Amino acid sequence: MSDTTLRPSAESPVARTLKTLLRSRELAVAIVLVLLIAVTTIKSDSFLFGATGWRDLLLTPSMLILLAVGQTCVIVTRNVDLSVGSTLGLTAYLTGRLFVDTSLPIIAVVLAGVLMGAVLGLVNGILVAFGRVPALVITLGTMYIYRGAFLTWAGSDRINASDMPAAFKDLGTESILGIPILTIVAVVVLVIVGYYLRTARGGRELYAIGSDPDAAELYGLKVTRRILAAFVLSGALAGLAGVVSAARFGTVSSSVGQGIELEAVAAAVIGGVAIFGGSGTVWGAALGAFLLVTINRALPVLGISDFWQQAVVGVLIVGAIVLDRVLVSRQERALIAAREHGPDTPSTGSGGGPALAPIVPGTPADHEPGHETGTTDPSDTEEVVR
Amino acid sequence: MTQAHQAGPVLELGDVSKSFGAVTALRSASLSVDAGSIHALIGENGAGKSTLIKIVAGVHRRDGGTFRFQGADVDFTSTAESKGAGIAVIYQEPTLFPDLSVTENIFMGRQPLGRGRRIDYAAMYTEAEALFARLGVYIDPRRPARGLSIADQQIIEIAKAISLDAALLIMDEPTAALSGVEVERLFAVARSLRDEGRGLVFISHRFEEVFELCDTVTVMRDGSYVSTKKIADTTVDALVAEMVGREVADLFPKTVAEVGDVVLDVQGLSSVGVFRDVSFQVRAGEIVGLAGLVGAGRSEIARAVFGVDKYDEGSVELLGKKVPASNPRAAIKAGMAFVPEDRRKQGLVTEASVARNVAGVIRRGLTTAGLLTGRAENRAAAPWAGRLEVKTNALDMHATTMSGGNQQKVVIAKWLATEPKLLIIDEPTRGIDVGTKSEVHRLLSDLAGQGLAILMISSELPEVLGMADRVLVVCEGRITAEIAREDATPENVMFAATNAVTHTGSEVPA
Repeated sequence: MSDTTLRPSAESPVARTLKTLLRSRELAVAIVLVLLIAVTTIKSDSFLFGATGWRDLLLTPSMLILLAVGQTCVIVTRNVDLSVGSTLGLTAYLTGRLFVDTSLPIIAVVLAGVLMGAVLGLVNGILVAFGRVPALVITLGTMYIYRGAFLTWAGSDRINASDMPAAFKDLGTESILGIPILTIVAVVVLVIVGYYLRTARGGRELYAIGSDPDAAELYGLKVTRRILAAFVLSGALAGLAGVVSAARFGTVSSSVGQGIELEAVAAAVIGGVAIFGGSGTVWGAALGAFLLVTINRALPVLGISDFWQQAVVGVLIVGAIVLDRVLVSRQERALIAAREHGPDTPSTGSGGGPALAPIVPGTPADHEPGHETGTTDPSDTEEVVR
Repeated sequence: MTQAHQAGPVLELGDVSKSFGAVTALRSASLSVDAGSIHALIGENGAGKSTLIKIVAGVHRRDGGTFRFQGADVDFTSTAESKGAGIAVIYQEPTLFPDLSVTENIFMGRQPLGRGRRIDYAAMYTEAEALFARLGVYIDPRRPARGLSIADQQIIEIAKAISLDAALLIMDEPTAALSGVEVERLFAVARSLRDEGRGLVFISHRFEEVFELCDTVTVMRDGSYVSTKKIADTTVDALVAEMVGREVADLFPKTVAEVGDVVLDVQGLSSVGVFRDVSFQVRAGEIVGLAGLVGAGRSEIARAVFGVDKYDEGSVELLGKKVPASNPRAAIKAGMAFVPEDRRKQGLVTEASVARNVAGVIRRGLTTAGLLTGRAENRAAAPWAGRLEVKTNALDMHATTMSGGNQQKVVIAKWLATEPKLLIIDEPTRGIDVGTKSEVHRLLSDLAGQGLAILMISSELPEVLGMADRVLVVCEGRITAEIAREDATPENVMFAATNAVTHTGSEVPA
């Protein structure tokens, strides 16, 4: 306990916050994002300054941000939700159907979409939390089941723009103070969830569960309930994303949301959410989503071929994971090296400890009794040293 | 504390029993802890202390017996219930969340809340600092728990338990990783908690600590209660006699085998940060015991010899031929067999049948045109399982349903099928019922008698002393003593094993 690294840092809170921020993944992703936008804008200034450039830049990521926020809540608990794409498709279709078949007010339709997503998420959560089956397998299964249900329900039917009320479609195009409404919705959700994960007991427990599930049980945390809640939230946000999708595109076909679940996972990973749980923030995941969507829009402008667009996304994901591994193993190596040199430093723990004595093989049994480490205990050497 | 200096027991356990499948962990355990007292619980490995603690903590539920806490019958079904009732437990191995800060680890699930039910981080950090001040240590409350030394992790556990304001505090070997100063500090805290009228249970293998700190002691053996005495009324010798309760010689039927040529020759083996300059030989027909404290590097040495882990310097020779580094397949080919410590994880496909397990390592030799038939597996496995007296109804039985002793035999059978010259076996009887341990020991003794060279790693001193022809003691990655069977005593082995213990705790910056 004598080493300096353990002492509370003498830094001021401001300096400490600044240091944390500078080292954060969030900032790195944000810088890459800004650079990307800048380079693309230099190449073609309509990307940012065109008639729809600014709006599209902010509007396009809104759906993926919602999914990435939900996905993050699940991933920090050491789970994953692959069914969000199918959930999104189902709720988008539900939204359209409700407008076609009923005359419910818009707000009721939105709530119905969120509720349906939450129910689908609850199914995932129950299977994962009580079935003790890995979430990867469960949600892969429900991904197909939900998609199948969607296809059966919709058939060859598709919802067209003319089926939906103008006021609803306006949500997808209108802006307030230059910021699209759907983006505001996504950001509000992001802020609420981000605030919850940081400042609520329930939020912190999600991280604890993902960091070490066994320890979480020993702590007496409500593991099952928390995991359930994470899946419900992920489902509800996927439901909201489905409504957003309907409002934005005005049409719903049976392929909507296909493959987007992997983009949501990718966004979280790029944003610094550890795939094995326990760390990462929704802020990072949202920035990751923003970056992913913007890359897909910017690369064609930069004249980069389709193949390379996909490859760049892949490189980002692999790079993010490799970076995490490198950082962890560097920390571990530093630790080992520190231990290796440890015994040469003067010990402060000599108060009641045994004096260093030369080793005498076959020391007779009558040497000093009451030796610090239990020479009188013949039966048990189960003592953990470091 | 509400019940300051209240007389009478906080915790009463009577005739508690618990089995895990075929293994009986507790037969009839009793423990009565008074408020305002520090109660030592001692017993050798496998005596059931940890199981008893886990029942009190709500991790396991007892099969039978009585359990009273603060005068009321209780039956905890979860750790949350036990915690809520006022029981804090410090486990042998720290259970922390590596990704979260030290402070969050202490307060997880019961963080101080400010307005609007949001966590009051400032208050939390202040409280954590106050706890550390009380314990007399300096740990940055904001740093993550990842990378802390075991001693520091233990400090966090203790801080956590203290902050719970519990009526009963159980410490399962809290001092094992601590240095002298840290132990003194812990004792001071423990005494102040006792003076506040709380009950403390202290599990330790260090008698002088038991005598220094505790006022009452309960001895357990083989899952049963043996005795409870006032510390003032007993002696170390009396306690040892009660703990062991039988002669070491009865337990381990090692027969003397003729020692032949050198089979394994390890010279100057080093791996940075793990072990240094390790040299030893194992001869045919000889059992060499590798003793030392947990974490001293014994298993790591064995893994490096077998080629599972890398090493930086040195050489390994088997029967005069150099064995290439970090290539377990070459090691098997050369004639080595390795039974790892955790057989469930590393040694046995528990979901597969006995035959498949036994035939697993020689599969390549059994295939017909690249296909492996169940019949060929059974044919190859039968003689081995028979020779080892694996008591299973059929070779088709799944390994997971067998007792620990039989599982261990299946793992050994699996390796004997490769016809090795050297068997490395790590903790041969861990998790095995006390009664069946001797069967594994007899098997090892027989194998040595047939000319197999055996390198045995064990944390149980009687096992090492009873089985080994020669004892190598490892301490902090070095071999600190080599003791012949005739000269080996618990005292000199322990002395060599703990030689550099003073350094721990101060040597490990996180």
